[in-house]
Amino acid sequence: MTTNGLTQIGLFIVVLLAFVKPLGSYMATVYEGKSSGLNLILGPIERLIYRMLGTRPEDEMSWKAYAGAAILFKFCFVLLLYLILRFQGILPLNPQGFPGVSPDLAFNAAVSFITNTNWQSYGGESTMSYLTQMTGLAVQNFVSAAEGMAVLVALIRGFTRRTAKTIGNFWVDLTRSVLYILLPLSLVMAVFLVSQGVVQSFSPYKNVPLLQTIGYERPRVDADGKPVIGADGKQLTEPAKAFEQTLPLGPAASQIAIKQLGTNGGGFFNANSAHPFENPTPLSDLLEMLAILLIPAALCYTFGKMVGDTRQGWALLVVMGILFVPFLTVCYTAEQAGNPLFTAIGVDPAAGNMEGKEVRFGIANSALWAAATTAASNGSVNAMHDSFSPLGGMMPMVLIQLGEVVFGGVGSGLYGMLAFAMVAVFISGLMVGRTPEYLGKKIEAFEMKMVALVILIPAVCVLLGTAVASVTASGVAGVSNPGPHGFSQMLYAFSSAGNNNGSAFGGLSTNTPFYNTSLGIAMLFGRCWVMVPIIAIAGSLAAKKYVNPSAGTLPTHAPLFVFFLAGIIIIVGALTFLPSLALGPIAEHLMLYK
Amino acid sequence: MSHKKKGHSLLEARIIRRALIDSLIKLDPRNQVRNPVMFVVEVGSLLTTLLFVRALFVKGTESPGFILGISLWLWATVLFANFAESVAEGRGRAQADALRSSRRDIQAKKLSRPDREGTISTVASSQLKKGDHVLVEAGDIIPGDGEVVVGVASVNESAVTGESAPVIRESGGDRSAVTGGTQVLSDWLVIRITANPGETFLDRMISMVEGAKRQKTPNEIALDILLAGLTIIFLLATVTLLPFSLFSVKAAGQGSPVSATVLVSLLVCLIPTTIGGLLSAIGIAGMDRMIQANVIAMSGRAVEAAGDVDVLLLDKTGTITLGNRQATEFIPAPGTDARALADAAQISSLADETPEGRSIVVLAKEKFGFRERDIHALNATLVPFSAQTRMSGVNLDSREIRKGAADAVEEYVNRQGGNFPSDIRAVVNDIAREGGTPLVVAEGKKVLGVIRLNDIVKGGIKERFSELRRMGIKTVMITGDNPLTAAAIAAEAGVDDFLAQATPEAKLKLIREHQAGGRLVAMTGDGTNDAPALAQADVAVAMNTGTQAAKEAGNMVDLDSNPTKLIEVVEIGKQLLMTRGTLPTFSIANDVAKYFAILPAAFIATYPQLEALNIMGLSTPQSAILSAVIFNALIIIALIPLALRGVAYRPMGAGLVLRNNLLIYGLGGLIVPFIGIKLIDMIITFLHLA
Repeated sequence: MTTNGLTQIGLFIVVLLAFVKPLGSYMATVYEGKSSGLNLILGPIERLIYRMLGTRPEDEMSWKAYAGAAILFKFCFVLLLYLILRFQGILPLNPQGFPGVSPDLAFNAAVSFITNTNWQSYGGESTMSYLTQMTGLAVQNFVSAAEGMAVLVALIRGFTRRTAKTIGNFWVDLTRSVLYILLPLSLVMAVFLVSQGVVQSFSPYKNVPLLQTIGYERPRVDADGKPVIGADGKQLTEPAKAFEQTLPLGPAASQIAIKQLGTNGGGFFNANSAHPFENPTPLSDLLEMLAILLIPAALCYTFGKMVGDTRQGWALLVVMGILFVPFLTVCYTAEQAGNPLFTAIGVDPAAGNMEGKEVRFGIANSALWAAATTAASNGSVNAMHDSFSPLGGMMPMVLIQLGEVVFGGVGSGLYGMLAFAMVAVFISGLMVGRTPEYLGKKIEAFEMKMVALVILIPAVCVLLGTAVASVTASGVAGVSNPGPHGFSQMLYAFSSAGNNNGSAFGGLSTNTPFYNTSLGIAMLFGRCWVMVPIIAIAGSLAAKKYVNPSAGTLPTHAPLFVFFLAGIIIIVGALTFLPSLALGPIAEHLMLYK
Repeated sequence: MSHKKKGHSLLEARIIRRALIDSLIKLDPRNQVRNPVMFVVEVGSLLTTLLFVRALFVKGTESPGFILGISLWLWATVLFANFAESVAEGRGRAQADALRSSRRDIQAKKLSRPDREGTISTVASSQLKKGDHVLVEAGDIIPGDGEVVVGVASVNESAVTGESAPVIRESGGDRSAVTGGTQVLSDWLVIRITANPGETFLDRMISMVEGAKRQKTPNEIALDILLAGLTIIFLLATVTLLPFSLFSVKAAGQGSPVSATVLVSLLVCLIPTTIGGLLSAIGIAGMDRMIQANVIAMSGRAVEAAGDVDVLLLDKTGTITLGNRQATEFIPAPGTDARALADAAQISSLADETPEGRSIVVLAKEKFGFRERDIHALNATLVPFSAQTRMSGVNLDSREIRKGAADAVEEYVNRQGGNFPSDIRAVVNDIAREGGTPLVVAEGKKVLGVIRLNDIVKGGIKERFSELRRMGIKTVMITGDNPLTAAAIAAEAGVDDFLAQATPEAKLKLIREHQAGGRLVAMTGDGTNDAPALAQADVAVAMNTGTQAAKEAGNMVDLDSNPTKLIEVVEIGKQLLMTRGTLPTFSIANDVAKYFAILPAAFIATYPQLEALNIMGLSTPQSAILSAVIFNALIIIALIPLALRGVAYRPMGAGLVLRNNLLIYGLGGLIVPFIGIKLIDMIITFLHLA
């Protein structure tokens, strides 16, 4: 680790923490329906939206109605997005003339964006028209994030309300999240990104001459355009020269702002935030990293403020912090250590493992981004995780496998964390000899049933998906590396989909019917079957009486509980995934260092 | 916990013999399926047995001996869990048998009408119905639960309470309830039967302790769900290892896919068998501990609720203070000699057989050496206490001595033409404010002075209350005294709050207020007028000496009729919950070591580098797997005593309790299996078993 690197990481953490309280308390005001200042300007728009949706802020919903609205909303948008993707060829704003995408890819992409996963089996600049990017994908970046926040707010109301039948109005929570939180933040961020050189344009891609002619090997094709196969069964290649390159353009800045803020992560360009048009400078890099964790971290404070005890929110933020920092440290150390095989042949290890990393970011910022984007369910990347050292690449993977609760997605991360908190409260509550209660609400059989689903479903998606992929021909076909690394590629892909992260390890060819379908299903289950139980918990908690805390009640803001909760998250994650990790990155690491 | 007269030693030979047989019977899958965790183990045992049989005929990669070893230890795991449950049940059953022996079918003397003169017909006690009247005479066994309608008798209730001293049962008031199976020792009673056959108190007690009617408590259900969820996760984590290893073997080009035996072993080691196997034993044992404390809980839910109690309502008399007040001081009126006051007080109390009266005689002897005098030799006429005069005293030749409440004596003195000194009035007020009871003594129209009667707070009760406070439980004293007196006693006893001049309505209101504030309330009661409050309270302990109505309204009955028992009940409830919380923690923490034993063993042939994970240095892959399985089985046996006895409980704040339990069961659970598995591995290697 270098002083320079540590300073940058330290600066990142300090700036992030500085935003937690102001943004957190602003969001609490928004969700409590109080005047936040912005409503003086945006109030009429808000009311117009309610009139169009035929709802009023006073129309409260039961948990079933709330869940129904959320599912209906998802269903409508997945259909809409699917249609846009299929028919983008005949729709306007398509200067490159991209055709409609294949059914399996359209399904995968539609599910991916409505579930806030933003797994991309496609390259943005070579597949999606400007219209698709803006009205299809970017819109989802807003609403899928807003939906996660809405569900979180419903859960918080479950804690604050007493013997109540309703948990709020889904459409109102959704509208307020977009209008008062995501839109203003994105606007500021987009303008800033443009100032750093991120493109924002409707003009077609530009061809520019290369400063230096580049020679490369291209696949040889016969007269029919079919690849020629050699005697060894491999494709034959022929030397070729490139004189010019195509510079992709598009309305990128506006989309990148929300893809970072809304923990979506779906890049405008295939290279995501490693692309110089998406993330040109170290300053834009810092800002984009901050945007990943900004809302998830601040929501902890919002939670504390809304339940009337900010210590509870800080405690959860500390849990996230003490899980995040060790993973980041191991990742950074492993990457800085370089590749022992290269060191053995005389390469100076001081430069670290720079394979797959951008020189303008270096080791520290690549490791920090990798940890942040996987801790939060963002999934944007500024380096190739596939090229990380085994241990360095395992850290992002484990952060995803912990269930996307360390920061996690906007809203979804915190509600996942609260589900774990309920498990911790349940066990520790019994251990102190009382029926467990969290924030004055008894945690009983119904909550445990729903929490079990919340924890179980993503794990099921990951393990079953990887299992199927590793024994089917179409699954194995996508793997580009032999041995444990190939296994890591599959495990990472399903971890990312099942937990709605969306980052790709890389190296796995996933634009195939098998992967598009299986990953799509994993994303859909991983989102819906977590969200609905959470809404059910919200309803059940809201209906409960409030139990007054006493000296016999376990304080859930105390350090002991914080460590216990962190321990539960680690233990559950480790027990679920240690066997598969042993066959992937752990085996690879041991092979590398033996 | 000390074992009382009805207790059994933890593992009694007779119970163990029966439990050994029962644990085999419980292997029936229909029974086993109720416990998902252990059911998975049983299926695994069956599977490995089949694999063993197959290995005898088809040569595979694993030796039949290894598979047999795993299979046998898996069966042992199931049997150990069954054994734990059987032992717990056996202890309950022994209690039930003792109770049942007192419930013989006897001939009852049924009366045609509710008085002794009614015509008697002889019917079997099992034929008696609610509303029937029976006559029970000296030597007869009371044929069923009921209410005394006519008569007074001494009754031996040892069959129910274990207390051999006879108690008085009489019609009217709070001592009118009788229990079937108890014996009338003297006199006779006419009893109205209040329970139909099969629904009597004794019947309920028997079914309770036998666990026949045992329903899972809410926390137990929630824990079951959590354990089932974990089991599913581990099932997935192990089942998917087969495809993973298929891929890895192909990719590495060496080793063989993980075998079914190893997968089953891993699965059984990972799923929370420790708690799964002991969960029902813990519940039964909790009920059993209540019985050891001579408290019959009407449901497991009540025992659990006891652990959650936030507010204890305690009757002052008998719970916080000794049953009766005692004279502690003579305060003479101005111009009166203290000896003269003591003398008059003693004479007026000689015939007073109440504890208060006797304490006055004792005090006079202590202070001034007055001997007890024969009341008849003094030729005195007794004036007994009456509700109208609210005074008692003696008429002695020309002397007329009275003692009583200040206002009553004032009225008496005024009527005689005397006046009530203002100094005395001040003294009376002072005593009342300090929590005492002033008794004013007058001779004729002259006020001699005041006797101070004090409530004596029970020794050690203050410490008990401060323990409760540390546990987060608030104590509220209930008393009929005026607020001044109540406040003084409350301060002396160290209770958090008090309810003075309590009426049944005020009690009910107080309980409702606390409950509305989100607190769980526990109380004890014995009288019929306690019944509404008992029914409202979350944990209601009725005294066995109390009325039928009180017992019906409560959810526990204290056979010793000791109101202080409430505190013990709370502790048992907490202990039950704590035991349920600590064992899953221990069980899950164990998994870490098991992974380090089994994972390298399972995959070392494919990736030899995974030997680095064998941090325990276990000798061979087979011995590593076998050691983990054996440890997993043995730990159940090792923890049976803990499950039955419960986790040690010391009253302190929740944070401290959690810290201690996490250190013992969390950290301990992490470390112990590393040592245990290594030891078993060393033994196996030494014996050349694997």
